[in-house]
Amino acid sequence: MAVDFNAEVDYVARLARLFLEPDEKKRMAGQLSDILKTARRIQELDTTGVEPTSHVTEVPAVLREDQVKPSLPLNRIMQNVPRRDKGYLKVPRIADSQQDQD
Amino acid sequence: MHLYEQTAFELSRMLNSREVSSVEVVRSFLERIDEVDPHLKAFINYTPNQALETAGEVDSKRIGGEKLPALAGVPIAVKDNISTMGLQTTCASRILENYVPPFDATVISAIKKAKMPILGKTNLDEFAMGSSTENSAFFPTHNPWNLERVPGGSSGGSVVAVAAGMAPLALGSDTGGSIRQPAAMCGMTGLRPTYGRVSRYGLIAFASSLDQIGPVSLTALDGALLMNLIAGYDPLDSTSLSDAVPDYSARLEPDLNNLRIGVIRYDQGDGFDPEVTAAVYKAASLLEEYGARVGELTLPLTDYGLSAYYLIAPSEASSNLGRYDGVRYGFSVDADSIEAMFSRTRGEGFGPEVKRRIMIGTYALSAGYYDAYYLKAMKVRTMIRSDYEEAFKKYDLLLGAASPTPAFRLGEKIEDPLQMYLSDVCNITDALAGVPSLAVPAGLHSSGLPVGLQLTARPLKEKLLFKTARFFEEHRKQVPLRPELNFLEGRGR
Repeated sequence: MAVDFNAEVDYVARLARLFLEPDEKKRMAGQLSDILKTARRIQELDTTGVEPTSHVTEVPAVLREDQVKPSLPLNRIMQNVPRRDKGYLKVPRIADSQQDQD
Repeated sequence: MHLYEQTAFELSRMLNSREVSSVEVVRSFLERIDEVDPHLKAFINYTPNQALETAGEVDSKRIGGEKLPALAGVPIAVKDNISTMGLQTTCASRILENYVPPFDATVISAIKKAKMPILGKTNLDEFAMGSSTENSAFFPTHNPWNLERVPGGSSGGSVVAVAAGMAPLALGSDTGGSIRQPAAMCGMTGLRPTYGRVSRYGLIAFASSLDQIGPVSLTALDGALLMNLIAGYDPLDSTSLSDAVPDYSARLEPDLNNLRIGVIRYDQGDGFDPEVTAAVYKAASLLEEYGARVGELTLPLTDYGLSAYYLIAPSEASSNLGRYDGVRYGFSVDADSIEAMFSRTRGEGFGPEVKRRIMIGTYALSAGYYDAYYLKAMKVRTMIRSDYEEAFKKYDLLLGAASPTPAFRLGEKIEDPLQMYLSDVCNITDALAGVPSLAVPAGLHSSGLPVGLQLTARPLKEKLLFKTARFFEEHRKQVPLRPELNFLEGRGR
């Protein structure tokens, strides 16, 4: 399973929404290919019939009473918002603006 | 002896008998911080006023005859990935540089309730990803035993704070060795509790199935006293265990009779320093001499564990760190499109190691690779758990090294991520299995740097770890093991 990581870096960076400079990409490709080569060693193990472990605790799904409780004050949460306006989060336009522009 | 040289237990005794006030104790640590932290760089933020305020409150309550918790007035340092309400919590990342949590982590609520003054927030590898504290976006932390050496990581700041007398206790976090490996490299005692024993609520998530908060201390007793405060069920953490919490500090006298100890035999190809291996066998003989039954075992999946860990942890990280998008908190780059805003914010806000792990994790979880990488790694994790279950049928405790070598040089491994990952080889399988594991100092290497042992027990057997650590303390020349800070000698010249 030899993978050329140069080809993959752009695709994976896009999936991760992670902007990388050209020199970062180049360095990343080399390092990731080394790391994945080591990580791939687990392919040597026979895991037929082995259940995956996603969590080590045997605690079943935890449920609680459906009770209304106070949440954190809005102003305390909003103080960390980089761009805000009257209690709203501001972001670049998301919706396709075709119909907004008459 | 200065107050800042005392253990937490001794400070607690002195405070309770009113030999000293908490304000005096806190001042002693604050002065020590002023004196040594410019050289060591253990703290990202200091909170002297808040610490003195809590101390003053404790002192007036004590004078008023109020009954106070055991560690009331004993100060503590906190790793900067643990949320503190109203106090910057940065994860040593640009992306959270100005983030102020709107709530306290459950462990912070616990230490506040216990009236422990918080001295500040300590340095770490960015988002706890690293083994040397060099991945901090702000500055590296130096090892007090030798300033040219790393303190280990990622909880390097917390460990150095305790080792250098800047705090008698600290909170760290351990995902794959981040408490135990630095504790070993600085001669401290550091516990990774059983997964689920200490609430993760408010610990900024790196790899949720592995992250645990734990104590860093000078002695086993001090660590046990802190565990008394932070262990227990928390409805705010759905992975938290509801099992009863023992009194960790009560009756810590070691009893080795018929205790079955398994010494972990490592493949010497793993880069083990011969003196580290010798220290492990010396410790085993000592245990045997005092009544323990000692055998040897191998954990044959250790190397595969490292591979599985470096798929599982980055996979979880890539998902957990998806929240840093510049919208709700933290660093943010404005752009024309939302996708450009996300990508630029993350590209400029994260450092190289965090980016690497996000990339590995995203890759391992992506369509076409999920089964071969992430799913396979989770199956290997099951096999590792079975290895431990088998080992614990024969042994009550496993004994090994907490780090394959003493502290390495600053800069030595930073350009080679794989070599850096290998420095956690002793710590990772315990984390994957979710079992408790303790780093205990074993004395000094011929280089003058500390060497650490690692003791591992069945789930929820933290107390057995502390008791055995106590046994080693009784047979060590110097307790606590402290560096002489040579850089202070040149003052005034």
